Amino acid sequence: MTPTSTPISTTITSAVSARGVDKTFSTKQGEVVALSGIDLDVAPGEFISLIGPSGCGKSTLLRIIADLDSPTSGTVEVFGTSAHQARLDQRYGIAFQQAGLLPWRTVAGNIALPLELHGVGPAERAARVDELVALVGLGDFAQKFPDQLSGGMQQRVAIARALAEKPALLLMDEPFGALDEMTREYMQTELLRIAAETGAAVVFVTHSIPEAVYLSDRVVVMSPRPGRIADIVPMRLGRAADRADDLREDGAFFEMITAVREALHGTPVSGPRGVETR
Amino acid sequence: MTDAAIALTPPRRRARDRGARLRLWGYGLLGILLLAVGWELYKAIGPADGVVIGDARVLPRTSDLAMPHVWEMATRLLEPVTRAEGARPLWLEIVLAAALTLGIAAAGWVVGVVVGIALALVMQRWRLAESAMLPWIVLSQTVPLIAFAPLVRSWGSRIEIGAFEWQDWMSVAVIASYLAFFPVAVGALRGLQAPDAIHLELLRTYSVGWWATLRSVRLPAAVPYLLPALRLAAANAVVGAIVAEVSTGLQGGIGRLIIQYAGQASGDPAKAWAPIAGAVALGLIAAGSVAILGLIFRNYRRAEATQ
Repeated sequence: MTPTSTPISTTITSAVSARGVDKTFSTKQGEVVALSGIDLDVAPGEFISLIGPSGCGKSTLLRIIADLDSPTSGTVEVFGTSAHQARLDQRYGIAFQQAGLLPWRTVAGNIALPLELHGVGPAERAARVDELVALVGLGDFAQKFPDQLSGGMQQRVAIARALAEKPALLLMDEPFGALDEMTREYMQTELLRIAAETGAAVVFVTHSIPEAVYLSDRVVVMSPRPGRIADIVPMRLGRAADRADDLREDGAFFEMITAVREALHGTPVSGPRGVETR
Repeated sequence: MTDAAIALTPPRRRARDRGARLRLWGYGLLGILLLAVGWELYKAIGPADGVVIGDARVLPRTSDLAMPHVWEMATRLLEPVTRAEGARPLWLEIVLAAALTLGIAAAGWVVGVVVGIALALVMQRWRLAESAMLPWIVLSQTVPLIAFAPLVRSWGSRIEIGAFEWQDWMSVAVIASYLAFFPVAVGALRGLQAPDAIHLELLRTYSVGWWATLRSVRLPAAVPYLLPALRLAAANAVVGAIVAEVSTGLQGGIGRLIIQYAGQASGDPAKAWAPIAGAVALGLIAAGSVAILGLIFRNYRRAEATQ
């Protein structure tokens, strides 16, 4: 079932709905509780950031939503179906910290990969790739290979690939973590534009407070050992889609940064180590 | 912008590669020249009876019988094989024999590559198969070829299915493939297991099966591992074919000529070296042909340059 074929109903299904999610890993040192009692709802079209120090389970939570890991207990629903079914139905697109492009495929070939694997015809594929290449501003680079691109450009290709099948949910695991600060700010603004144009909900893992504040409708602050949600801070900065670079120098922006930082510091355990405050 | 600068670098790199390749050819020729000079130098200054320590001769005799002059060996190539009327020149005889051996080795190579890749696929697909089969594959290479060759020949001679009759050259090809499959099986397995975890995970998010993953990620990622394995297999197939020709007594190939001319060495020492040189050239041609595959698949080798 594709999102467009769903009849419009009055009750809005959440893009993501997690209920009582626990995740325990067994290691040589014994059981490690990565996540404990996670409840989270992400509305369609909403931009959510997961932020917290290293080891707070934010990446694990994203992987559970993507059905790359399964919860020890609790349920995760994506657009009203199980996370597993959502993966089978290709309801989400995903981007990782590394672009993860196939080095033997061109930019166009990499973006076309999911379409190719799901049997989209060549003509339709080419048209969609053209759209996406333009969307991420790589029009002149479609026939280049990944090793001919900068890190920021590679990451843009990865985002285009994640958007290839018009998912209504975009999962991103520190996608800009490996980029320099200037490229990173540029990519953040680009991502806001792309998210607005596609209307997709985004779950965005980061450990940068300004990044989370700049991008999100709500920032989910997580604390470690065991990983759980400490606070959910709504960003009173206007619609994410209308934000631009000048927001970074706005007073309200700094207020929100302070609010998120306080939520991080307010946790009883050792504090937000590993969180960038830049 | 820097993006444009990045896009512009590859052509310059390619030009540098071309210069490097020419230099490599130069070094190759220099190596052959040095070998010839070394040969003549040792022949000129080495003791006539070689160097003997205890009962073992550690350096060869320098007589014309044991070590003919380089130019004698070269000119001998242009002379007829025998003094008989209408005999072919020696070089032509060598080329014809080498062509036959190359054909058999190529057949063996193809069989070896198919079997090797098939084994690697089975071992990649099932962990159990890997632990069950890999030791046997390694062990298979410790069986002495000389002992094994006559057996293959006698098994083969019993095969007769309808119009199909087992030919002697097929035994030689089977033995060549026995040596060729090994590097392919090991190299292909390494290659199929080589994809980055992130690529496999991405394919998992696309919820595609083993075949699609194989086609779009595992096989392309295996190419950089497969190419050197295929080249090794080519060299192995040539060695296997030559040894098998000798031990099964197949006529007409270069292996047979090595034995035959060695028997005539006391009367015609330069002649015995001709098929040996032919065998060396054969190995180089076989391995070099595989390098062409590397050019065809060069887009799949991009990861080698970046990682």
